[in-house]
Amino acid sequence: MTELNSKIPKGQLAEKWNNYKAHTNLVNPANKRRLEVIVVGTGLAGASAAASLAELGFKVKNYCYQDSPRRAHSIAAQGGINAAKNYQNDGDSVYRLFYDTIKGGDYRSREANVYRLAEVSNAIIDQCVAQGVPFAREYGGLLDNRSFGGAQVSRTFYARGQTGQQLLLGAYSALSRQVKKGNVELFTRHEMLDVVLVEGRARGIIVRDMISGAIERHAAHAVVLATGGYGNVFFLSTNAMGSNATAVWKAYKRGAFFGNPSFTQIHPTCIPVHGDFQSKLTLMSESLRNDGRIWVPKNKEDAEKIRHGKLQPTQLAEEDRDYYLERRYPAFGNLVPRDVASRAAKERCDAGYGVGETGLAVYLDFSDSISRLGKNVIEARYGNLFQMYEKIVDENPYKTPMMIYPAVHYTMGGLWVDYELMTTVPGLFAIGEANFSDHGANRLGASALMQGLADGYFVLPYTIQNYLSDQIRVPNFSPDLPEFLRTEAEAKARLQKLMDVKGNQTVDSFHKRLGHFMWEYVGMGRNAEGLKKAITEIAKLREEFWKDVKIPGELNEINPELEKAGRVADFLELGELMARDALDRKESCGGHFREEYQTPEGEALRDDQNLMFVSAWEFTGENKEPIMNKEPLDYEFVEVKQRNYK
Amino acid sequence: MNLTLKIWRQKNATSKGKFVTYKVNDISPNSSFLEMMDILNESIVLKGEDPVAFDHDCREGICGACSMYINGRPHGPDKAITTCQLHMRRFKDGETIVIEPWRARPFPVLKDLIVDRTSFDKIIQAGGYISINTGGIPDANAIPIPKTDADLSMDAASCIGCGACVAACKNASAMLFVSAKVSQFALLPQGKIEAAERVHNMVAEMDRLGFGNCTNTGACEAECPKEISISNIARMNREFLCSKIGAPKVKEESGGF
Ligand SMILES: Cc1cc2nc3c(=O)[nH]c(=O)nc-3n(C[C@H](O)[C@H](O)[C@H](O)COP(=O)(O)OP(=O)(O)OC[C@H]3O[C@@H](n4cnc5c(N)ncnc54)[C@H](O)[C@@H]3O)c2cc1C
Ligand code: SF4
Ligand code: FES
Repeated sequence: MTELNSKIPKGQLAEKWNNYKAHTNLVNPANKRRLEVIVVGTGLAGASAAASLAELGFKVKNYCYQDSPRRAHSIAAQGGINAAKNYQNDGDSVYRLFYDTIKGGDYRSREANVYRLAEVSNAIIDQCVAQGVPFAREYGGLLDNRSFGGAQVSRTFYARGQTGQQLLLGAYSALSRQVKKGNVELFTRHEMLDVVLVEGRARGIIVRDMISGAIERHAAHAVVLATGGYGNVFFLSTNAMGSNATAVWKAYKRGAFFGNPSFTQIHPTCIPVHGDFQSKLTLMSESLRNDGRIWVPKNKEDAEKIRHGKLQPTQLAEEDRDYYLERRYPAFGNLVPRDVASRAAKERCDAGYGVGETGLAVYLDFSDSISRLGKNVIEARYGNLFQMYEKIVDENPYKTPMMIYPAVHYTMGGLWVDYELMTTVPGLFAIGEANFSDHGANRLGASALMQGLADGYFVLPYTIQNYLSDQIRVPNFSPDLPEFLRTEAEAKARLQKLMDVKGNQTVDSFHKRLGHFMWEYVGMGRNAEGLKKAITEIAKLREEFWKDVKIPGELNEINPELEKAGRVADFLELGELMARDALDRKESCGGHFREEYQTPEGEALRDDQNLMFVSAWEFTGENKEPIMNKEPLDYEFVEVKQRNYK
Repeated sequence: MNLTLKIWRQKNATSKGKFVTYKVNDISPNSSFLEMMDILNESIVLKGEDPVAFDHDCREGICGACSMYINGRPHGPDKAITTCQLHMRRFKDGETIVIEPWRARPFPVLKDLIVDRTSFDKIIQAGGYISINTGGIPDANAIPIPKTDADLSMDAASCIGCGACVAACKNASAMLFVSAKVSQFALLPQGKIEAAERVHNMVAEMDRLGFGNCTNTGACEAECPKEISISNIARMNREFLCSKIGAPKVKEESGGF
């Protein structure tokens, strides 16, 4: 097993980041101009990092698969972004945000990283406001906040239901300014296919120009992956259609360890699945749980009648409704963390109390809030979400309660990184959802945007300099080195191999079958038998894919089927690793719920004695078993407890 | 539902395109327009032919990628939604649907229904930002902003950069898009500092890229999925006028740092 060095600075929790900044190596301005950095991804993490590095003077190349950096998946985030400003005077502080995040993550994240995240959270809000992000305000002209799950304070900043959009457009504008200045070169509609290592260090990437199909070699002194999460392994998720794991997966196969691959977040409030043709799931922001109450019928007979359309939910008397979250968790009620809310919904539906045609839905009811606050207030808060719901479901949520069900939303797992956000490959960094850090086994709402921007604006621009400071004498790399040519040839051969299969089944049909295995066996409830089954079934499916996938068109043109095939081929490998990790972790924690390990009340049962570690998986070769390395988690400052939201 | 689709097919930017007719059967009225396109493409692929290429990503009306001209209207017949939010229940069984790409000179077709909208990025690069660097910023609540201004700014900032306004305009004008960005900043104290240079540079870039003039027909506002108001154009014109009168120093941003 490899010894993992997380490089956590010494000292008191509150002093670590300052100590680090005070003593880290920096690169002087004249040298910065000579150093090139590749940033893959233009989401919150990628765009903020690319812009900030360019402002410092580095030469940056920035990539995305969309036609514009502004369309990165971050654009879709709805609810908000956390910060410890304590503007509401309700007792918030850096420590409390840190503590909530550690606890919310079920004690499976690093204290030092999470503290730093909470510490820089306030600067993010300052930065965004200065960029012109139009956050919601009070009548007095100051910033407004809302509350989110897993917290008892209001610390979430928001811009209607479009917070991610506004934050991303802020980062995109900063990026655009640097493009204009010539400090960032932008490569849109370019998909990264592999990372190139020279003498053990990351020195460049191989990309495909998605318009011409040309394969290109790009070199730099360091490579930063900000390529987002891998929730699309499940086929149906709230992620954008193109969200993929290719960049992180290729990095894994080149030696970067993969941290906690099985830690997936299932979001409790999504629009339920409605048919086989469905292509993606739509999230209804968690902020709705501020004003909506979640319930199912108290009696199975009523649930049955509702499912068959013989009874309307509005006809059901108050005493015949089971507000199960308020019943089970009186202290947090409808605002329990996501993993808890999702499992509780599944439990009710599995027990036969679910509603909707399929029985896989629960109600999110706004009637109380509407009568208390008025329809106008609810409309001002959630108008666009209600409209989105009505467009999809064809029902008016002001009149009938919304139907919701959990769906795959976010991946806490990702490339293992140290305190400097560097992977186990020197010179290869991972930021945003692409890394595993900060959220442990469960992420709190409004914390992904915070983490993406913390990494990109305020952490990486410091930590990468510690690496680059000893690279100043290294001349620019030629992309004609044999290592580049070899990796390019491998990427080309793989694409050719895909085209040459000339089978009979479409890419999507494979992706749907993979998604089915993942949801059934590696989803909300996992057990040893199911996970073993998933491992063998996924391996079989992978074999079938490489024998029978059908990809029309040519390599040298816009070819969406080829793009999808490359991504699904990677998902077919990653899915198996997720199942392995889940099988290996014989406890329940956060989003990882092993049915064998629960309390008599059905709550997650951790094994802190034996399993308080990060699993960091190491690739050992095609069709060989990967090695699991452990990074032990020391809780030096926080007392580890059973999570309790009662 | 059974439908006939007449779809613009074009192999690449240089080849000539044409309409091709397809039939799709048994479409659920609850499926979205793009799911209907997925079903069509699945059947085309199984026949061994090249599926219809189109841009899409979020499928919830926020990324601005999807861009189809459906029965003569950008994003189809419904008001205030994107193509990906359109559902088949909006159409009649047996109907013929005509699907084309955006048609505007600054948005050349790349393949089938995919167009090149990088000119929008170039306009933003010309000045769609507040010139600050990361860090060293005063507290976010240091400058109170009237809620009404913040709300109006947010209305303008909701633009998703889809380009439907350009596709709807007979002159292929980008005024609605540009004015939305100009307004978002002009309404905020932080944005006022560079207001004159910003509007000047963005409009110059828009002209350079070959977008047409605005003749106030209002087609852009009517087709905008985010209901960006045409009053932003009036605000931009005022800003533009001021920028001329005030004769700002329009400095060329230089390279380096
Ligand atoms: C519907 C929805 C709502 C959400 N709401 C919230 C919320 O309210 N609050 C919150 O905190 N979090 C929210 N989240 C989570 C949050 O949005 C994401 O975790 C976060 O935006 C991820 O940002 P990122 O920069 O890491 O990656 P992304 O935004 O996913 O960006 C990935 C980038 O990488 C590029 N890329 C990917 N693969 C490749 C490749 N192979 N080659 C080239 N480029 C590539 C893409 O083009 C893109 O630019 C939400 C998520 C969803 C799905
Ligand atoms: S103004 Fe409206 S139509 Fe034009 S790009 Fe923005 S959102 Fe699209
Ligand atoms: S696919 Fe994103 S707006 Fe339609």
